[in-house]
Amino acid sequence: MNGSGTMPQKKAKKSIREISPIDVYSLLPRTNCKECGESNCMAFATRVVNGELSLTACPPLHTDKYRKEHESLSALMAPPVRQVTIGTGETGIAVGGKYVLQRHEFTYHNPTPVAIDVNDLMTDEELDERVRQISGFSYNYIGRTLTLNAIAVRSCSGDPGLFGAAVRKVAGATRLPLILCALDPVVMEAGLAVTRGQHPLIYAATGKNWKAMADLALEYQAPLAVFSPQDLPLLRSLVRTLLAYGVTDLVLDPGTVAEDGLARTIDTFTAIRKQACRNFDELFGFPLLGVPLTVWTSGELSEDVLKWREATMASMLLSRYSDLLIMHSLDGWVLLPQLIWRFNLYSDPRKPVSVEAGVKSFGRPDRDSPVLITTNYALTYFTVESDIKASNLDCYLIVTDTGGLSVESAVAGRYFTADAIASAIKEFGVAEMVNHKTLIIPGLSARLSGETEEATGWKILVGPKDSSGIAAFIRERWSAGS
Amino acid sequence: MAQKNTPGPMNSEQLLALAPQLLELLKGVQQVELQNVTLEIGDLEFFIPSSAFAPQHPPTLAPPAAIQKPTELIRESYVPQVTEYPGKIREVTLGATKARGGSRSRTITIGGATAPAYSDRLHPPVHPPIISLDVFDMTVSLPAVLRENVKEVMGDPAEWARMNVDTFGADMITIHLMSTDPLLGNASVAQAVKTVEDILQAVDVPLIIGGCGDPRKDAAVFTAVAEMAHGERLLLNSVTLDMAEAKTLESVATAAHKHDHVLLAFTGLELNNAKELNRRLYEYIAPEQIVMDLTTVALGYGLEYSFTIHERARYAALMGDSELAHPVLSAATNAWAAREAWMKMAPEYGPRELRGPIWETVNALTLMLAGIDLFLMMHPAAVLTIKDVIRRLEMTKDIPTEPLQDWVSVRI
Repeated sequence: MNGSGTMPQKKAKKSIREISPIDVYSLLPRTNCKECGESNCMAFATRVVNGELSLTACPPLHTDKYRKEHESLSALMAPPVRQVTIGTGETGIAVGGKYVLQRHEFTYHNPTPVAIDVNDLMTDEELDERVRQISGFSYNYIGRTLTLNAIAVRSCSGDPGLFGAAVRKVAGATRLPLILCALDPVVMEAGLAVTRGQHPLIYAATGKNWKAMADLALEYQAPLAVFSPQDLPLLRSLVRTLLAYGVTDLVLDPGTVAEDGLARTIDTFTAIRKQACRNFDELFGFPLLGVPLTVWTSGELSEDVLKWREATMASMLLSRYSDLLIMHSLDGWVLLPQLIWRFNLYSDPRKPVSVEAGVKSFGRPDRDSPVLITTNYALTYFTVESDIKASNLDCYLIVTDTGGLSVESAVAGRYFTADAIASAIKEFGVAEMVNHKTLIIPGLSARLSGETEEATGWKILVGPKDSSGIAAFIRERWSAGS
Repeated sequence: MAQKNTPGPMNSEQLLALAPQLLELLKGVQQVELQNVTLEIGDLEFFIPSSAFAPQHPPTLAPPAAIQKPTELIRESYVPQVTEYPGKIREVTLGATKARGGSRSRTITIGGATAPAYSDRLHPPVHPPIISLDVFDMTVSLPAVLRENVKEVMGDPAEWARMNVDTFGADMITIHLMSTDPLLGNASVAQAVKTVEDILQAVDVPLIIGGCGDPRKDAAVFTAVAEMAHGERLLLNSVTLDMAEAKTLESVATAAHKHDHVLLAFTGLELNNAKELNRRLYEYIAPEQIVMDLTTVALGYGLEYSFTIHERARYAALMGDSELAHPVLSAATNAWAAREAWMKMAPEYGPRELRGPIWETVNALTLMLAGIDLFLMMHPAAVLTIKDVIRRLEMTKDIPTEPLQDWVSVRI
């Protein structure tokens, strides 16, 4: 155990970008036992630093022998924004766990769960229906199913009996994690009593009720939200106090105020996350809860306008560091942009979302079947693929390497050019697959058609701008060998 | 070819029912107090809590005995941290008034940022983002929801420009000279010049001149337009590395310098290319005559690439990379490339009359947070929303806002 292994003292925390594989390696067993599946400890350390493997993948580290090293490594690798779990099992959600302020510095972890509210004044039928809608909402996006993630049960009645009954009803109707919302600890306990062991998020501890809420959080072993609207000294005081009280799973709600409070809201979320990630401020190092639902408390009467405002607020809070959102609208046009933007924002910026280049065949293509071409951006490819499959076409699809860019971007950035198309045809031996020399190019690359005819010697048909039109296009325009 | 944006049976009733209402209400002119809001926790002023308030719960997970549970709030302070950056984004002025050799009623200056966008309320944008509305010089295929607002003026660019300014509140106008595309109408340079003259007559806001994307034709058009509109400080959209390859960049840059215009340097999501193009342009024009377009991709089709490239560019510029310290433009209209924006979908995803404009809105809002200085937009509801948000984000003083209502118990 001699060598350079240092027991990190109380030195300033390093950002994930400053941690080198050596930092991790020096605390590992360094036996090259390969139990993690890597060829040696250095390879393991490198993947840990890249965020591809977690320390749990190293079994020896978790033995008594390496207890101290394990502690040091855990502290070294701990994200500046703690991770808090709400709910249990498969549907449990991890919130926070952020390493960086800006996405390109590393990558964002734990895509922001979206919770939708119900309340304790709803009838059983209304609760059933709304829970069914929340659980059932989904959208298929490049082969992924985007869904809602939690239910916030609000106490409108202020009555413990009604709240307990509503929470029991909802908990029985869904496996989604719950957020229990009541500022009166007596009401809150009625909800906690019927969800014991389900790890709901308690909303919320305030300057007035913090002690009672802290006792509930400890008794029911549930995470606790801290609500201190637009009062950061109080927020910090509450966090400090709750930590001292023994409650460590905290979620921060610094207040979401739309309209005239918009600047302050964006500023507050940004300031908190910046201090957590750049200065490792421990009192701010917790997940942030955004509540676009608050737009519904304004005097506005038009539901469409409220939904519109909620959609804009939610999207801004997704970009500005919200680790959890509570919303009211269940309209697809409000939710779709949020769920898609969340998916995109949390993709790994270090890896282009691309698929392998080559020729894919669909159905049972023969030598007269159409040949189409597209780029290797994953979304482009999966969109085209699902449209071709949905219309049961027999065809070939050439996928060109555009560095993971869509057709439009690749044309603009000169990655999808007449020459690129010509070399793809050649490289993949497309001429040997069919008896014709006709290629359908994407409508968004229409301007390449002339040059491409020259560069390839193939006849070029300009296809639809959106792949949903491929089936109709082939039906109307394709006759083999023409 | 299969026309994707065929309107089909237009859901105009829905549009008419929603759009005017939305427009009216998004202006925030109607502020009606809700009657049934209960304010159970008062005005949310907090006090040091009394420990007697807490009901007694025997904790099952007691902290170690050594820890004394606090009975009073432990007071912490908060000191806002202000970060000073060594770099600053250049300021670029678009349009010129008579006094400065042009004919616009006002000039618009963009850029000047000294911190990441909206990262610090005490460092508000020096110049708030600007919105330019699109005009096309020919009949173009537009998503039905967009066409609805402009079908009366399609084919009459001057009238279209007037409507954008008078009705929809455009700060600037972008005239896309699409008909000059050799693959489309192949309209002559003279025709393009005439169109720009007409727009200059029709409106008095600063103009953006959009080409067709062909590096040779665009160069010919831009050079001629630059000469005709001497001194107007047009923004020529755009110059590219393709032009450098086609050996036409020099002619456009020289014309911009000679006739006092601004160039939009367009690159495809690649900062090294953006820097290289700027370096080439510095040989001909002042850095204060360059705006960058780093490429805007639609939400769902790669917006995250645009978001991150803008965050990176802005951060690098503020940290001192002067080759990236230029204001940036985003074509938020590109949002409409996403099928979720224009397509009819199952009822649970809502009418495209709302889905389309919210798509453009979210696209713009997202990139606004990444530092965009100038947006190209189309849908009136999206434009109004962005203008409203820009105005609200500028409210940097502690204006007396109403306290946050008790959302927990509000009856919706």
